[in-house]
Amino acid sequence: MSMEDLYQEIILDHYRKPQHRAPVLEGESVHVHHSNPLCGDEMDLRVRVVDGQVDGIVFDGEGCSISQASASAMTVAVAGRELDDALALTEDFRRMMHGDEPSRPDDLQDGIAFQGVARFPVRVKCALLGWMALRDAIETYERGASAHTVEHDDDRPPSG
Amino acid sequence: MPIDVPTLRKAFPTLARELDGQRLVYLDSAASSQTPVAVLDAMDHYYRWSRSNVHRGVYTLAEEATDLYETARTDLARFVDADPRGVVFTKNATEACNLMAYAWVRRNLGPGDVLLTTVMEHHANLVPFQYAAGDLGFEVRHVPITSDGLLDMDAAANLVADGRVRFVAVAHVSNVLGTINDVRGIAQLARAAREDAVVHVDGTQAVPQLPVSFRELGVDAYALTGHKMLGPTGIGALVVRPELLETMQPFLAGGEMIRDVTLDSVTWNEIPHRFEAGTPMIAEAAGLSAAIRFLEELGMDAVRAHEEQLTGRLLEALTSIDGVTVHGPTDLTVRGGAVSFEVAGVHPHDVGAMLSSKGVCVRVGHHCTKPLMRCLGVNATARASAYLYNDTDDLPPLVEGIEAARAFFAR
Ligand SMILES: Cc1ncc(COP(=O)(O)O)c(C=O)c1O
Repeated sequence: MSMEDLYQEIILDHYRKPQHRAPVLEGESVHVHHSNPLCGDEMDLRVRVVDGQVDGIVFDGEGCSISQASASAMTVAVAGRELDDALALTEDFRRMMHGDEPSRPDDLQDGIAFQGVARFPVRVKCALLGWMALRDAIETYERGASAHTVEHDDDRPPSG
Repeated sequence: MPIDVPTLRKAFPTLARELDGQRLVYLDSAASSQTPVAVLDAMDHYYRWSRSNVHRGVYTLAEEATDLYETARTDLARFVDADPRGVVFTKNATEACNLMAYAWVRRNLGPGDVLLTTVMEHHANLVPFQYAAGDLGFEVRHVPITSDGLLDMDAAANLVADGRVRFVAVAHVSNVLGTINDVRGIAQLARAAREDAVVHVDGTQAVPQLPVSFRELGVDAYALTGHKMLGPTGIGALVVRPELLETMQPFLAGGEMIRDVTLDSVTWNEIPHRFEAGTPMIAEAAGLSAAIRFLEELGMDAVRAHEEQLTGRLLEALTSIDGVTVHGPTDLTVRGGAVSFEVAGVHPHDVGAMLSSKGVCVRVGHHCTKPLMRCLGVNATARASAYLYNDTDDLPPLVEGIEAARAFFAR
């Protein structure tokens, strides 16, 4: 395996200079905490919802470069989107991680750089951690709750 | 005789592999060792020449298969200095620990009793007992570790003091810290507090590296696995004092393990067969025999000497790298070959990926020891583990890989 296959420059940029990384979010609507049982990675994701849109989003956590960079790229890709649209984009990313061609490569923005991770099965969970946290945050918000904790791998088809 | 590594390596086909033009550097033997040709040949020979079932047939092939299987039992008994009547073959060490949990712990412990284990156990030697405790309502206590990665024997003495500890589950050698535990000392402590305490040892990491004498350890049960001692996957064993095994009830029931069956009653076969239901792993037993003979030919004292020396060099190499911290004891006399380490600012997964790109195989993750990871205050570590076919020429690629990971990832 070559390092370049896995660690695209865009991924390293997000790892070194993460976007929307912060421990708090003003006016937070929902907060989820996810951990990856395989490697013990931790992810806190906070979203502020205004008019059915992702008005603000921050993540914080501990983990490998892939998990942190992917969360960073995710926050950029979904900021400002309608919740349903963000969920649809999440599913596009999830399926890309399982080898499908993404149907919205442009909307995934830097998320597309993670396509190669699909060839490294043990790292797929790392790349999905932030996105699965986002899906859970939206589903939690839509249930009328404001916080949720998931301590297992949450890679599954969308609910509902 | 010291081990001649370049010659020895020729016996291991995998080690001749190149990955992207780089020599394979295998430093993950604590997870699974490589397999010498002699082991492959032994398994192949059974399938090509003596293929049949054991114990039942009266024809030549079946006699040969039975002989292969039962010889594996006496080989293993000799190798760990135990009575062959106490050697029960299992699928792996995990099954051996479960056998002890089902055939002894679940039938003997209940409310008011205590099971003592340690914070450094592999999940295999923890979860089966935790599970039983949840079902049966006995208490589980854990021996903590000291800052240099040894079991805290003073704390252990306190934990057994009330005389309620009836069962002890402890690793002989830690798969993360490398610590060689004083299991004889623990057994003495437990029995001083309560004469009939049963001591079960997870010897998975010890048997490949150390000369082991079950009799001298003076414990009641000892679990091991074949695939970490040059043998194939799919075979392990639980070694038990025959007098104790005689009192234990079967865990799995079916063919092979009975003496007589009527439509509504059964009498068990004698030990150890009582604990081996169904057709066993015959080829794997033949492979395990060959692995044992391979180790015996080198001599376990020589294996240990090589390992101790190389682990010393490995520790030196790792601690010389800026930003690297090593877990576990630094005293080589109480240490096996598994060395867990952290690289400042770089996640273990990223360390592992960089090393992999250089042909170096190390383990990253929690190593099936989540409670220990919590004690160490980490989520995961990288772990390099050397074995008899490793040598100092395997260390520079490791060091270079770690340095490259630092340069590449450290923020
Ligand atoms: C200390 C220890 N105990 C138990 C096991 C479990 O061995 P197996 O997976 O062969 O059952 C391992 C293997 O990782 C180990 O290192």
